[in-house]
Amino acid sequence: MKEPGAALPRNRLATAGARATTRAMLGSQPRGDVIRNTVFAGLLLLAVLIALAGLLALLIQAFAKGSSALSLDLLTNPPSTAFPDRAGFRPAIIGSLELIAGVILFVVPVGIGAALYLEEYADKTKWWNRLIEVNIQNLAAVPSIIYGILGLAFIVRGPLDLGFILAAGSLTLALLVLPMVIIAAREAIRAVPDSIRQGSLALGATQWQTIRRQVLPASIPGVATGVILAVSRALGETAPLLLVGATVFVTFDPTPFSPDGYSAMPVQIFNYAVRPQEEFQALAAAGIIVMLVVLLAMNSFAIWLRNRYEQRW
Amino acid sequence: MATEKSRAETGREAREAAAGRAAISVRPEFRSNSGGGKKEKVFELKGVDVLYSGVTAVKSISMDIHRKDVTALIGPSGCGKSTLLRCFNRMNDLIPGAEVRGELLYHGEDLYGPKVDPVQVRKLIGMVFQKPNPFPKSIYDNVAFGPRVLGEKDDLDGTVERSLRAAALWDEVKDRLDDNAFGLSGGQQQRLCIARCIAVSPDTILMDEPCSALDPISTGKIEDLMIELKEQFSIVIVTHNMQQAARVSDRTAFLMVELDADEQNRWGRLVEYDETERIFTNPTDRRTEDYVSGKVG
Repeated sequence: MKEPGAALPRNRLATAGARATTRAMLGSQPRGDVIRNTVFAGLLLLAVLIALAGLLALLIQAFAKGSSALSLDLLTNPPSTAFPDRAGFRPAIIGSLELIAGVILFVVPVGIGAALYLEEYADKTKWWNRLIEVNIQNLAAVPSIIYGILGLAFIVRGPLDLGFILAAGSLTLALLVLPMVIIAAREAIRAVPDSIRQGSLALGATQWQTIRRQVLPASIPGVATGVILAVSRALGETAPLLLVGATVFVTFDPTPFSPDGYSAMPVQIFNYAVRPQEEFQALAAAGIIVMLVVLLAMNSFAIWLRNRYEQRW
Repeated sequence: MATEKSRAETGREAREAAAGRAAISVRPEFRSNSGGGKKEKVFELKGVDVLYSGVTAVKSISMDIHRKDVTALIGPSGCGKSTLLRCFNRMNDLIPGAEVRGELLYHGEDLYGPKVDPVQVRKLIGMVFQKPNPFPKSIYDNVAFGPRVLGEKDDLDGTVERSLRAAALWDEVKDRLDDNAFGLSGGQQQRLCIARCIAVSPDTILMDEPCSALDPISTGKIEDLMIELKEQFSIVIVTHNMQQAARVSDRTAFLMVELDADEQNRWGRLVEYDETERIFTNPTDRRTEDYVSGKVG
């Protein structure tokens, strides 16, 4: 069988030339490049290891100190200053759960609503919409203590005047994580391709029907992931709560609107940790383990959710 | 003729008053069929310009598009075929800065009139896009989406089956209506998009290079489908493929890019519009001949 093109010497020459060039290209990598590559990769790996070392040190420390205090009583007993062996986190855990429930109630509708407005309705050529965008990015970077002061001035006292109640703490945390939720929801909404919107609009659906029936359902996994990550941030926040009344020793189960005070996990851990006695240190470490487990579980769930339901377009 | 028109006018106004809606929502089949051998006009364009942020994209297009014809828009890239197509169902409204000038009549009504609601327009004038864009839902829900949005609740199953049959897809998907539409092949997805479009019983279907992302076999199926569908619908198709225009269309419009004197600005211009037969065998304009014979483009 004759090779195709063999009849034309020009083709044979061209093929030979191309082969020679390819061979030359494949073979040549200057030695300096190889060394530089290796060194650079090594440095990058080191950066990863430093980051991991921090987490690892924290985990080892917490487990070494706290594992002795880990028990079911830890979750079900109220705190005590007199009997560290019987002290637990019950009101703090309940307080934290109620706090994040309030955060979710506030942040889901407001966050998604704001994201929808910015992505679907706002005219990006208008300067005020761009200003809003930049400000939301900035808000996400504002230190949490500032939100504590804001909560104290506007929610606990001032216009809302709710007093030092759990709901006020919840609202403060919600404001803190709201920018995160908006940003995550916007990403998720933006990931829905325009072809879907056009397809829907071309069938005579209104803009709202398109958003309600196409854009929102398609972006739910991304939005949910953002909400979970935001909530886990809220769960770990201490500073703003100290300002808006998460008090120290609450031995009863807190309720959202009671003026008797409330506590939260990170605040309770802090209060055990500052005590000089060894037993309270162990208690604090055990509390850290509980929180880490909860936070890691939530974040893993968020990642799983994202990978499982993420729409590939 | 005159009396017929006035009767249609009165009837239309009465229905308008009853529906309390924009003039365009009147279904065209209720109108008088202005008789005889001449075909009824779906679209009448008189000096239509399209501008994006003040820059002309398509300039002074005048043409009539006939009912139950397949009308093809052909021409080189950037000549404004798709831009022109998107005027017909007001999809250009979605692009910020887009502006349509001139007169564009749909069954005699000004499509860009002040009372016209673009949402109503799109119910009557469906669109199939270049890349198949099924919704991330089941096959059934894809087809049922339009009717549901329009508030149709009775006999959704029937509508879905009829639409899928009309799009020649029923036999391939009848046993897996609940599967995600993304599991279909490209050609099946495009026929699903056509079924989705038929499900809201439009009057006209616009197709924007519907086969450009498909293999030859799927393309053939969609072309067969177009010839079947023109029994019921008026079809306007943008295509890159001249053979396709020759195979499926009754009339062909050839558009071309035109430059201004200093070659700074470019826009699309209608060069020739005629029976497809004539465009491909005996065009009047030299540029059309060069293009269809493959000398340029």
